[in-house]
Amino acid sequence: MSDAVAIGAPAIRREPGKFWIVPPAALLALLFFYPLALIAREAFLDDSGVANPAEIISVLHSRFFLNALINTVTISVSATAGCLIVGLVLALILAFVPFPGSGFIARLIDTFIALPTFLVTLAFTFLYGSAGMLNASLMETFSLPLPPVDFLYSTWGVVLAEVTVYTPFILRPLLAAFSLVDRGQIEAASVLGARPFRIVRQVILPAAIPALIAGGSLCLLLTVNEFGIVLFIGAKGVITLPLLIYGKAIQESAYQVACIIAVVNIALSLGLFGLYRFAAGRLGV
Amino acid sequence: MLVWSRPGRIVLWLLFALIFGVLFLAPLAVILLSSLADQWNGVLPNGLTTEHYTDVVQGQAWNAVKASLVTGFLASALALVSGTWAALALRVQGATLSTVLGLLFFIPSAVPSVSVGLGLLVAFSHPPLLLNGTIAIVMIAHFVLISAFTFGNVSAGLARLSPDFEQVASSLGARPAYRLWHVTLPLLAPYLVAAFGLSFALSMGELGATVMVYPPGWVTLPVSIFSLTDRGDIFAGAALTMILVAATLVLLLGLERVTKRATGA
Repeated sequence: MSDAVAIGAPAIRREPGKFWIVPPAALLALLFFYPLALIAREAFLDDSGVANPAEIISVLHSRFFLNALINTVTISVSATAGCLIVGLVLALILAFVPFPGSGFIARLIDTFIALPTFLVTLAFTFLYGSAGMLNASLMETFSLPLPPVDFLYSTWGVVLAEVTVYTPFILRPLLAAFSLVDRGQIEAASVLGARPFRIVRQVILPAAIPALIAGGSLCLLLTVNEFGIVLFIGAKGVITLPLLIYGKAIQESAYQVACIIAVVNIALSLGLFGLYRFAAGRLGV
Repeated sequence: MLVWSRPGRIVLWLLFALIFGVLFLAPLAVILLSSLADQWNGVLPNGLTTEHYTDVVQGQAWNAVKASLVTGFLASALALVSGTWAALALRVQGATLSTVLGLLFFIPSAVPSVSVGLGLLVAFSHPPLLLNGTIAIVMIAHFVLISAFTFGNVSAGLARLSPDFEQVASSLGARPAYRLWHVTLPLLAPYLVAAFGLSFALSMGELGATVMVYPPGWVTLPVSIFSLTDRGDIFAGAALTMILVAATLVLLLGLERVTKRATGA
């Protein structure tokens, strides 16, 4: 360390410490970007180093890939829409119709960000599973022979679980945006006879749009990448891209197929990440 | 106040309670209940027991707690050093370079965790870099996934830091290393603690990359919760999940207290 300081010292006057970025950057390059590049290489080239478009095309046209892609996009878009609606309703009440303890509740929801995502799926099994509380009580009350509620092991079970897990990611920027809204403006509009719905539409929503766009694109990204929830639901028909990569690589040892799918998944994620950064940077969230 | 009429407010609060109850409260409550359930055939458990917890503590699960804590601690410590280092070093780069590099440091958070695991398997399964099947590859996977969050937290802290202290120290003749150690890092301390806590929590719950790379004998909590529930032992899975939640919350609250005391807030 002291050697490094001594060597770096003469450079400080000209370009103060420019080279200090090299160690962490090199670490990240070795442990992250190099493996990423190898995924791309494995996807595009076969063992002898020759490009193999036939394999790529056959994977991209395969039924399992297209199904997984459609599932991933459907789940991601539906879950994000759900998060935006639920997040907006919760944030509006927390910020503008507060009740005793609403600050504590907001912080409680915030801690959900730190909890593992599969927790919710496990809980849903007890709540909405075929032998869960909801089905048991409905069967007891109406003496039904079969469990009537059967959405958990479908796309909608995954969507509901993701709405629970990712709503806090919308709530956080929304509450920050709402704390900047001028309360006087709302009271003035209210005194002048504007109905609450109109105030929300004309005063509050314009202030919330940056937070909604940034939070929404973050939700899209996180739901496309979500793995634990889908794995724990374990429904045969609900396979998403990350789950397909896991299945191909670990259960079938088909590494090349897994890498081709991974390239598509990573490209999709990086596109959404770009959208999120653009939205967040542009709107100053 | 947006809604002035009392009935209107009560309707909204009931709506809030319904959403909050169904989406957030019910899952946590039901996990807690099921971890204590004896048998569960009807609407509610037939009886309560702490058996699942004693089973979990005596059995293999204790190893999972240990594996998760060790992995979380080491990966977070490495991510903290590397993230702080990167954030500090980026400050002296030119505007364009620091934007580009800053973006590169954020990218791991955007790549799906399963793909991070797949990449590590592809890259480190052959000599000279043979890490597949070792504990190190689990640590690396966690480090890569949390490094962006640590970097982001520390960068945000640096951006809020008033440059006055450092300039004063500098004008008083403090050398860069002395200034870093005695001025910048202490000022950054609350952000460093927060970054460490968040990355520890993320690491404790990490599943996607871990299932790709974990060797036999280093099974983390989420992986062992999955194998328990996958073979139908959902009550033991719930008990282990409660242990994971409790460990995460204790960690976060403890670090929050440390930060508050340190900053005197």
